[in-house]
Amino acid sequence: MPDESLLAETGAMTSFAGRFFREGFRPRYEVAELLHQCYVVGYQSLPMVGITGFIMGMVLTLQSRPTMAQFGAESWIPVMVGLTIIREMGPIITALIFAGKIGSSIGAELGSMRVTEQIDAMEVSGTNPFKYLVVTRVLATTLMLPVLTVLADAIGLYASYLGLNMRGTTTLALFANNVLSGLSFGDVLPAFIKTYFFGFAIGVIGCYKGYFSDKGTEGVGQAANSAVVVASLVIFLLDLLAVQITGLMGLN
Amino acid sequence: MQPDSIIQEMPRVAAPPGASETVLVVDHVSKSFGENHVLRDFSLALHRGENVVVLGKSGSGKSVLIKCIIGLLAPNAGQITVLGQDVATLDHGAMDRLRAKVGFLFQSNALYDSMTVRDNLLFPLRRHWLDHGPAEEDALVRQALADVGLEHTADMMPAELSGGMRKRIALARTLILRPDIILYDEPTTGLDPVTAREIDHLIREVQQKYRTSALIISHDMSCVRLVADRVVLLVDGRCYAKGTYEELANKLDPKVREFFA
Repeated sequence: MPDESLLAETGAMTSFAGRFFREGFRPRYEVAELLHQCYVVGYQSLPMVGITGFIMGMVLTLQSRPTMAQFGAESWIPVMVGLTIIREMGPIITALIFAGKIGSSIGAELGSMRVTEQIDAMEVSGTNPFKYLVVTRVLATTLMLPVLTVLADAIGLYASYLGLNMRGTTTLALFANNVLSGLSFGDVLPAFIKTYFFGFAIGVIGCYKGYFSDKGTEGVGQAANSAVVVASLVIFLLDLLAVQITGLMGLN
Repeated sequence: MQPDSIIQEMPRVAAPPGASETVLVVDHVSKSFGENHVLRDFSLALHRGENVVVLGKSGSGKSVLIKCIIGLLAPNAGQITVLGQDVATLDHGAMDRLRAKVGFLFQSNALYDSMTVRDNLLFPLRRHWLDHGPAEEDALVRQALADVGLEHTADMMPAELSGGMRKRIALARTLILRPDIILYDEPTTGLDPVTAREIDHLIREVQQKYRTSALIISHDMSCVRLVADRVVLLVDGRCYAKGTYEELANKLDPKVREFFA
């Protein structure tokens, strides 16, 4: 039954995540591979995330301006855009772009390695493939997504500043002052912390789908596709959970 | 009704009198996946410097057998002893040390797509903690590539190589560790007849040059004829017949004739 398979899949994925904690922090540490993966998933995602952040800030500003102008509240645009980007749009949009680019590539790469026996070859070469392939990738996505989100937020806010200056004049100092005056640590910290969980989920799901891929080349495509779909869904579920938790803590 | 085996009695496996050291013993091994019984009470012995071919149809359990030997799968029953060590009792560290002495040529070659040929060869060397200086590593890579006649490919990517070249590079990656035993999983599958014969000759050359023992999984009869010192016929997961190529070729049993006709 579909319900049973969903539960079984969820259980298997949770067990896979548990294995990450059991094996990930014991030697042998794959530091060189971790740094390589940080470069691949972090640095190489930067252009995509930067462009998305820029468009997000610009569009948000240009679309909200006419409505805000009707109420004579143009001066509130930096605060509104800052809160929207920092609390919600930045983390979510960056995580979804990251899931599309990195989640799918991890799923396809590990899936391809599985069907061509490269994972077995690693094991007979004295390598724990879980540590070498999975732990390094999950750590890289967990560590890099928060960094990318901060950069996307900054680029988005700068784009907002440019958007405001397309129809008026605002100095960067005034814009930054307005944005910062509307923000508190209660806005910034939960939004930043949840990106670690988003990154972890994207890494675990991408690796799980690829690591247990089967059915040959068809399975590789399925692994890449389902890694993105499931990771995107989990990102929204985690975001909903984060809102509930920050609400209980009085931070909403 | 067809018999399960034409071997009258399956004795406990031991080296025959006068034979050289036994490096691999598969002793009454069974392996199932659910209700699918892939190996049934299968036994085999491999002696130093000997090439044994396990012959059988697709799906007869050949690949499962060598994955059990290398510890990628655990048998449900029986014992596998490699170089005097019971595989089932080894922890991860001991298993890795054993695997450094047992080469495995995968059916799909299993070359790492993201690495150059040189890095593919150096990967097992470095992962087995066999630290060599750069000069020594370079010499080992050059020697391994020379053994398979592909010295010029060190800086190429696997995707730039033909199927036959990839097979040779996979063999070079196995040889760089100077293994005592090499397990070949269908070494000629997917290759044209000329390239397949080149691989067969290479298997013989490696055996003679390094005095390695080899267990070769195959259903390519030309390969079997060229490389086998002994042949074991696997039917439905059981050892159905065994002997030299000529001995089996002279048998009249219909299941044996399917291969040797």
